[in-house]
Parts: sequence; structure tokens; C-alpha cells
Amino acid sequence: MADLTNVPEAIAALVRDGDSVALEGFTHLIPFAAGHEVLRQGRRDLELIRMTPDVLYDQMVGVGCARKLVFSYAGNPGVGSLHRLRDAIEHGWPVPLEIEEHSHAGMANMYVAGASGLPCALMRGYIGTDLEAHTRVERVICPFTGETLVAVPALVPDVAIVHAQEADRAGNVQLWGIPGVQKEAVLAAKRSLVTVERIVDELEPKRAAVVIPSWTIDFVAPAPGGSQPSYAHGITRRDNDFYRAWDAISRDRDTFSAWMDEHVFAGAGVR
Amino acid sequence: MSVETEPTTAEVQTVAAARSLVGKRSCFIGVGRPSMAAILARMVHNPELVLVYESGTIGAKPYRIPLSIGDGELAETADAVVSVPEMFNYWIGPGRIQVAFLGAAQIDRHANLNTTVIGDYEHPRTRLPGAGGAPEIATGCSEVMVIAPHSPRTFVERLDFLTTTGGRTTQVITDLGVLEPLDGELTLTRLHPGIEVEQAREATGWPLRVLDELEITAPPTDEELSALRGLVARG
Repeated sequence: MADLTNVPEAIAALVRDGDSVALEGFTHLIPFAAGHEVLRQGRRDLELIRMTPDVLYDQMVGVGCARKLVFSYAGNPGVGSLHRLRDAIEHGWPVPLEIEEHSHAGMANMYVAGASGLPCALMRGYIGTDLEAHTRVERVICPFTGETLVAVPALVPDVAIVHAQEADRAGNVQLWGIPGVQKEAVLAAKRSLVTVERIVDELEPKRAAVVIPSWTIDFVAPAPGGSQPSYAHGITRRDNDFYRAWDAISRDRDTFSAWMDEHVFAGAGVR
Repeated sequence: MSVETEPTTAEVQTVAAARSLVGKRSCFIGVGRPSMAAILARMVHNPELVLVYESGTIGAKPYRIPLSIGDGELAETADAVVSVPEMFNYWIGPGRIQVAFLGAAQIDRHANLNTTVIGDYEHPRTRLPGAGGAPEIATGCSEVMVIAPHSPRTFVERLDFLTTTGGRTTQVITDLGVLEPLDGELTLTRLHPGIEVEQAREATGWPLRVLDELEITAPPTDEELSALRGLVARG
């Protein structure tokens, strides 16, 4: 059964220096509050995993908490580049960043393999592209048809953190709207935290909802508004103005650091 | 919405892309100009067109241009909302989506695309977002249409990185005209109104093949222009 706790205690219990950590949410339900708590607790040397590193990972990489990034699309959707992430890859600031990149289909299947307890997943893809030579995939022959396929390795993060709309008091989680790879990340990881907008007495079934049973999760913690500037469908709205504003904040190292001090680290006493 | 001012080249490009969806069943789209064109197509030409976004929304009916592929309006109006693994494994991979609109930072004469790096991979001059869904979308959908600005920076002799293969590309729609693969090489087949062949040649980083009998894009109609400007104004 998941322990109902608060975000700082859950992060302290789950995330250690050097861990591989997946904070997922495919443009929706991105766990900003939990990610900021990882930074406030001063975690270092992380392998950050996320299909779509957006503003949250720009912040985390920009602070220098990561040694490696596993991803499939690194951009600020509809706005442009992630400037901190580019600075880390192009110039090694504030620390060098190793990368392992995939396609969306590849990384989604890596989570599926992890969630399935399999060592790899099979797919068509990568062949004919330059990515095949620059990432961790292998060609295999289908034993039934002889077709050449690609095997992608299972993703088994030390920790997965996702956000959801609600949990009941037993820690069963329900999310709806764009489901991304929330369930796959939780089931693939060794340990997990789900932050939620609210704790309810009973989960009322929603259209196209995904339910993650309590006994597959280590911690559930309330974090109202905890995915902002991303959003929780039906509860908060995506703050598109902030995503646009981030472009200017993140372009310059000093402006970025001042913004993080004021908005993430202020009062935390940790840097 | 006012149609008194002349259409810009970008507006003509969007209208041309929207027209290419006449008679199509389903279209996979990313954010930006492709999304604008596909929404315009649903409004003006093809109300039955099924719009599919890689965030998992199938049959989305946006009234505004979404900033991100995950905007709430897409999920609210969709026929079905599915996970990312389901989107790629059940819908894109087996070829259930007919047309894909893609963009790129670089394109070569075989319609291969680069969205990964400018410069060397290990020490990039410019790090681009990466593959995203494009490689498997481009091999899963039966017709790929690329929407890109026509410039020598984009239309290059040699890609710095081959992210996405161009084998299924049927059209490249630029702000100057349309290129189609003839005998495996992108060839200029159509110009937008008022554009000269020489402009297209100068904006292409390889010696551009040009069809003898070039077509000219019909100018945007008042209905198209008014719908497009209304869509942009809603923001």
C-alpha cells in the first residue's frame, strides 16, 4: 500500500544522489512541485529520464543536478529551445551532461518493457537513421517472419515521479485527460511517488481514466497545483504565458539563476 | 475577418497545405504551421478530417491553434485519448493514420529530415530538440507532407544528422512553392502566385530540378483567408 505523506518527506525517502529518476507527464500532469523539491533537497549526479524534457528539466539541468539525460524530444513546445539544456550539452554549463536519446516510439516501448518486466521491447524504427549508431538499440531478426526489427532496452528507473488529479485515502490514484506514460513509468520503476491535486473519499470513475492501484505505488502526496505551469485536466489550466516567458528567463545564465533562487530555492536554505 | 490585405507568403503556404488535405481521412500533426493548416482544412475543406496529435488525442476538434500538442482543448474534444505507447504501437505503426505533416530544421533532396543537431553530434554547434515522434510517424503514415520555410539553411546539400527518412514524402510545401519527389529527387512542381523560379533556386542548397510545366498555386480564396485570419486572431 502507498504511504500517504507530504512531498518533502516522500522525496527525502525516495531520491538519493546518483539515482536514475523519471519525472513523467506528456505535456500534461508534469510533476513540477516534486521536481522542485528534489532541487531544494540538493540532490546531485542524477540520471534524469523523461520523454519530453521541457521547462522542468531545463530548470533541473540548469541547476546542475544531473550527470545524464535520457530523452526523446527536448524543446519548449510551440516556443522554441530549452536554453539551459542546450547550454549544458553545447558548453557543459554548469556541469557536463551525458545524453542518451531515442524517438518517442522507442522510449515509450522502453517504458513498456520496464513495466512488463521484460529486458527489451521490439519495434520497427531507427533503421535508416543516424540515431541508430548514437544510442542503445540493437537489430534482431524476428524468429517467425525473418523481418529485421529493432530491440530497445527496458527502462527501469530507480524512482518514478508523476502527478495525477486525485487519490483516495488508501492511495489508489486516478488520472484522466492525456495519459502519456504515467502508468508505464510507475510500473517500470523500482520506487515511485504520485503527487495529486486532492485526496478524496472515493474515486468517481471519469471518462478514459487511468487508475493506478495503491499497492503499486510507494508514496502518494498531495500537491495542489503541483503540475503548474503544466496542468491537471479539469482542475488547472496550462499556463501558456509562462511557457512563453520562460524563453527569456532561461536565455541568460544569471537571469536563470536569479529566477531559480527567487522562485524555487527561496527560504529553502539549500543550494 | 478582413481579407482586404494581400495574403503573405506564409499564409499562402498554410492555405496550400490545408488544400492538400482535401479528400484525406486522417492527418497526424505537430504544433505550429502544420497544426494551423490542418485546423483550417477541417474548417473550410474537409469537416470529417480526423486530426491526430502525438499526445494521444485522436479526432481532436480544436477551435483555437494549440500552443502545445498537449493543450487541454485537444483532449476535451477528441473521440479517443490514448497513452503514448498505444499511439505509436496501435495507431501509427500499423499505418492507421493516412497523412502526416512534419517540419524540420534541415531537409535534403531525398526529403530526409534533420531535427537533431547542427554541426557534429558529439560537439553540436546547435542542439535541436531531437527525434520526437517523427521517425516512426514518417514510416508508419502512408503519405508524409513536410512544411518548411524555403531557405538555403533548411534545404541543404548534406544533412548534419539524418533523424527521419524521406521515403514516404509526397510533398514539401514551402513559402515559395511545392516540391515533389520525381525519380527519388525533390523537384519543384509548383510555385505560389508571384514567385519566380529563380527565387526557389536561390533558396535551395542543391541544384534544384524544376518541372518544365510548372503549376501555379491558385491564390487563397476570401473564404480560406478569412477563416485562417480568424483562427490566428483567436490565438
